[in-house]
Amino acid sequence: MYVIIVGAGKVGLNLARELLDKGHEVTLLEADRRRYLVVEQELGYVAQYGDATELWILERAGVQRTDLVIAVTGDDEDNVLVCQVAKEKYECERVIARVNNPRNLQHFKLLGIQPVVSATDLILRLIEHEVPRYGLVHLLALEEERLEIIELEVQTGAPAAGLRVADVQLPQGSLVISVLRAGRGFVPTPETVVEAGDQVLLVLDSGLEDQITPVFSSNGADSVST
Amino acid sequence: MFVLIVGAGRVGSAVAKRALAAGYEVSVVDEDPLSHERLEEGGGPTWEDLGGHFTVGTALEVDALIEAGVQRADVFIASTDGDNTNLTVAQIVQRRFGVEKVICRVMDPARAAWYQEQGLHTISPTQHAIEMFEQAIGLE
Repeated sequence: MYVIIVGAGKVGLNLARELLDKGHEVTLLEADRRRYLVVEQELGYVAQYGDATELWILERAGVQRTDLVIAVTGDDEDNVLVCQVAKEKYECERVIARVNNPRNLQHFKLLGIQPVVSATDLILRLIEHEVPRYGLVHLLALEEERLEIIELEVQTGAPAAGLRVADVQLPQGSLVISVLRAGRGFVPTPETVVEAGDQVLLVLDSGLEDQITPVFSSNGADSVST
Repeated sequence: MFVLIVGAGRVGSAVAKRALAAGYEVSVVDEDPLSHERLEEGGGPTWEDLGGHFTVGTALEVDALIEAGVQRADVFIASTDGDNTNLTVAQIVQRRFGVEKVICRVMDPARAAWYQEQGLHTISPTQHAIEMFEQAIGLE
């Protein structure tokens, strides 16, 4: 696979190293001359000097034949531009953009640039996972496909506790795909009995959480807000 | 006619002053509070006294754009010193707020030309300079 990485900061440089290690062809673009010279010492011709929001710099890097463009500069507007031009002008099918300011996430979405990676967002999700004060953790959201995977704890006395998976009343468009019990995860069969204290993973159509959480909550109502 | 201008540098502030003098309603956004000074002649009435609006904020801050009146703007001008900022905010304003006339300054002629083809109204001072130099030395 041929990958163009834009921005040779810590993220860009380490990505380049990893991808090279895995045997991919990589070009790493850096607009700051001093940073470029540092990176070029290590990577040689893999590093190229130039502002990737200039069309000819992208063309020189071979954007027409690239499989993937990754924009990880510290400037959100630059990341937007690089991805937009790569996708729409040079018909590169896959782009990945870094969002530095999570407030700019909406702009990336509006302009059709995805997937995006936001460090702030990732850490927030980790906090959510480590400190699940809402009892529900979003593990994955495939927005285009309108699918989500969530993790829920089965509370004592919940409608689902003690029932076979097949008998748990779940809305159409949702499925229990995994049960975590005593530190181990397994894929349940319809016969598996759900126990209080289990963590269950469900895949569901976007927007069904509100119907699903009561099934695993102690009062059968919205313990989501406890 | 309500004109919203993001970026009160030489270009943005000059256009803002002309538009206000011509009787348009004008709102200006700039990240630097001091750029407000460029909107006023020394010693004269303040920008606000003349009826102008000024909001401190960056181009991509939706709250600042809304405070500055983007929802009822007839014309939007992106004239910050960043090409990519101008191109990004212009598209946001066009698509999200449906402003009818959106114009943005893009120094790089190549980027200006391509985005123009995509339906943005871009103005490239660099391209204008090139053409004027060419004319001045007799090239057509």
